[in-house]
Amino acid sequence: MAEIVTTDVLVIGAGLAGERTAIACSSEGLDVIMLSLVPPRRSHSCAAQGGMQASLGNSVMGKGDNTTVHWLDTIRGSDWGNDQEVARIFTDSAPIAMREMAHFGVPWNRVKGGPQEVFIKGKKATIVEDYEKEGLITARAFGGTAKWRTCYTADGTGHSVLYTMDNMAVQLGITVHDRMEALRLIHADGRCMGAVVRSLRNGEIVVYFAKATVIATGGYGRLYGISTNAIINEGTGSWLALQTGIVPLGNMEAVQFHPTGLVPTDILVTEGCRGDGGILLDVDEYRFMPDYEPEKQELASRDVVSRRMIEHILKGNGVKSPYGDHLWMDLRHLGEHHLKTKLREVYDICMHFIGVNPIKELVPVRPTQHYSMGGIRVNKDGHAYNMKGLYAAGEASCWDLHGFNRLGGNSLAETVVAGMIVGEHIADYARNSTLVSDVSLAESFVKKENGKIAQLLSSNDGEDVYRLRDEIAEALINDVGIFRNGERLETAVTKLKDVVERIQKVRVRFRAPGMNPELSGALRIEGMAKQALVIAMGALARKESRGAHYREDYPARDDANWLKRTLVRWPEGADEPLFDYEPVGILDLPPGERGYGEGEQIPMRISLQTYNKKVYEEQKARGRFDTVKPAGTQLPKEAWRSELDKEGG
Amino acid sequence: MGRLLTFKIFRYNPGLENGHPRVESFKLEETPRLNLFTALHKIREEQAPGLMFDFVCRAGVCGSCGMMINGRPTLACRTLTSNLLDTIELYPLPFFKLLGDLSVDTEVWFRQMSEQVESWIHTQKEFDPDAQEERMDNELANKIYESERCIECGCCIAGCATALVAPDFLGAAGLFRIGRFMIDPRDQREDSDWFELVSTDEGVFGCFGMMSCDDVCPKDLPLLEVFAYIRRKMTTTGLKRSKKESVSV
Repeated sequence: MAEIVTTDVLVIGAGLAGERTAIACSSEGLDVIMLSLVPPRRSHSCAAQGGMQASLGNSVMGKGDNTTVHWLDTIRGSDWGNDQEVARIFTDSAPIAMREMAHFGVPWNRVKGGPQEVFIKGKKATIVEDYEKEGLITARAFGGTAKWRTCYTADGTGHSVLYTMDNMAVQLGITVHDRMEALRLIHADGRCMGAVVRSLRNGEIVVYFAKATVIATGGYGRLYGISTNAIINEGTGSWLALQTGIVPLGNMEAVQFHPTGLVPTDILVTEGCRGDGGILLDVDEYRFMPDYEPEKQELASRDVVSRRMIEHILKGNGVKSPYGDHLWMDLRHLGEHHLKTKLREVYDICMHFIGVNPIKELVPVRPTQHYSMGGIRVNKDGHAYNMKGLYAAGEASCWDLHGFNRLGGNSLAETVVAGMIVGEHIADYARNSTLVSDVSLAESFVKKENGKIAQLLSSNDGEDVYRLRDEIAEALINDVGIFRNGERLETAVTKLKDVVERIQKVRVRFRAPGMNPELSGALRIEGMAKQALVIAMGALARKESRGAHYREDYPARDDANWLKRTLVRWPEGADEPLFDYEPVGILDLPPGERGYGEGEQIPMRISLQTYNKKVYEEQKARGRFDTVKPAGTQLPKEAWRSELDKEGG
Repeated sequence: MGRLLTFKIFRYNPGLENGHPRVESFKLEETPRLNLFTALHKIREEQAPGLMFDFVCRAGVCGSCGMMINGRPTLACRTLTSNLLDTIELYPLPFFKLLGDLSVDTEVWFRQMSEQVESWIHTQKEFDPDAQEERMDNELANKIYESERCIECGCCIAGCATALVAPDFLGAAGLFRIGRFMIDPRDQREDSDWFELVSTDEGVFGCFGMMSCDDVCPKDLPLLEVFAYIRRKMTTTGLKRSKKESVSV
């Protein structure tokens, strides 16, 4: 029998969401163990540069900001695809979370009184900061926000916040078991008891029993191959939920792309480049964006620019390279001083990673997968549908703050805010539960995993794991990318169904049972293939365009038929996933124009009242547990009216 | 057609009976802008499926991929083959526990260091969710940020002559961490508290002053300046102490 470890709370994933959750539980006196594929400080959270949105309103450009204005931006950004109550909980808590991080040690950039030179819409401008606000947390501008609201520490916000958070975890003595990969949740009768975990150091299988289990493993961006994500973001957490057969994943087809990933490394090159006047060129060094978007040109919204770039490449105007076709970003005219000060990070990345000096040379870029809006469907307390004792937080979850398009600066903030809120609910849950350590049940789960490993290690002829991974990535990036249509999505579905079949025959060339990167890859490939299929099938079924999900054959946002969240489960033993839909949540702000991007819309057919009436029952019928505060009670009705009046005026 | 590169890679798998330490050679054709992140993955996927190495962010910020590249500790993800000769020698970082091939365990050392230097803000103040945040000068905020940019890649420790003979030495990463908290006014530890921790052979006075840490740091952190700051501060504290002691005697 495998080694057994018991704890009150098992947190799978030790990035910002996992750590903040662990800190919430540990502060309440509970035993917490964090499992992580890598040392916590290496998590993808450390790579975030931009910052965290919170309506502190200290900078003069944030004057008049409040939680309602932040909420309005978030609802519009989501293209009305998110849960408006969750967005309210989030925007109300974000300022507290930022202040708390300051108390923990984050050296947020601060307001400096007096005149400051800045760039606004590519032009030099002077703003005058209030001396009375000097020393308070300041903010910078981000896309899709009415105010400057994004708190930051230089260009290393993720690093700074993650290290501070991990310092707290060390102070509290939270146990970390790193280089451990959860393979399967242990559960019976809709109750989660922990997980079967494999050590990446020596291959040993360990059973963890916990009162509450939290999945905080980040997104599934790496399924796309071309992604700004760290290479560990392969959807391992959402796969744990999908494997149960009863916990649904939400909105998996909602995948965000960023226009300028560096070729060939796909490291993110900030939107600030275009904000400061950088332009996009094609193979003939021709500036093509004004032809497509005469008004906004390179500064159209992220999804629009990404779409135009792909469209232009598909017309044969891309630059050929061993890494596929790309376009150029031209920053040369901005000059050496600008590139070595305002865009220092971009300068360093270009020099170090591709040996290109942006002062003199063109920078190769292409649209790149960036964020996963979908994930494990949870209620507003973070509790997974249909599975008592299972929680999720951060990008791994579909708490549904972001709907179909996430605003920059809302994801890093979500990790900390969700960790704080969900963490408290988990602590309550764990305190009021008893540990169920059903050893014979665990043994049956261990047996399954051991059987899989033994089979992989003895396989002879068969499929190569890396080839299958590449096929998954190609199917997604080619046919479930920025532009989607029925024909292409059907191609992807057919291809991915074929891959799902072939994963049964994966072979492993390297036969060591312990540390074995090929075996670890082979154990992950089933989850990757099945989630890829889920994304493609979800996108094929959703016959509308909403946020990042753009259908050429259904270009309008269709609130009459699609004001709903995709739920998908994969019942045990089934050949295919099972799709279902629920209303997105109680609507307070009725669906309207986003105010940017393409705007065709098909309005709702029923009244808000009729819609809202069915939300509670329909979600409950799909497995949503009752929340500590009843659904809808944290949504102050029509608080946004006064803000909209101001906007109108 | 690019250059034909030869990779001489240290191999050792402690979990295998025949996994003894050795150096294996692999050939790979160079493609434009090839870096070691891509090269090592190609070698693993096409030639050596068991090859172990660590990457996470592959963007120079997570610190996972420190290794000895032609004898120098540095980050593999941002090393371009075009800056290297045809033959590239790759070894794991020394000092840290070897897990296999090019993969080492930096986590145990860094966690232990964080515990030793009590790497968190020491304050009696409770957080008040209803209160405005405490003010801080923006220049000071930037200075603190500059002093916490270490990514824990371990290159400084691997390149440190003292660390190799005195495993308890806090090294550049540890001293740098101390410097970060010393300048933070939110941390209420006093010079005398720091003196106990730092004015030892494991601390700032154990350094031989060869400063290879400063040479190899991939983030170009101002290690020299910080050490000088800590040394000066601790020397002054030490002098004050000995004065007090001699008076009381």
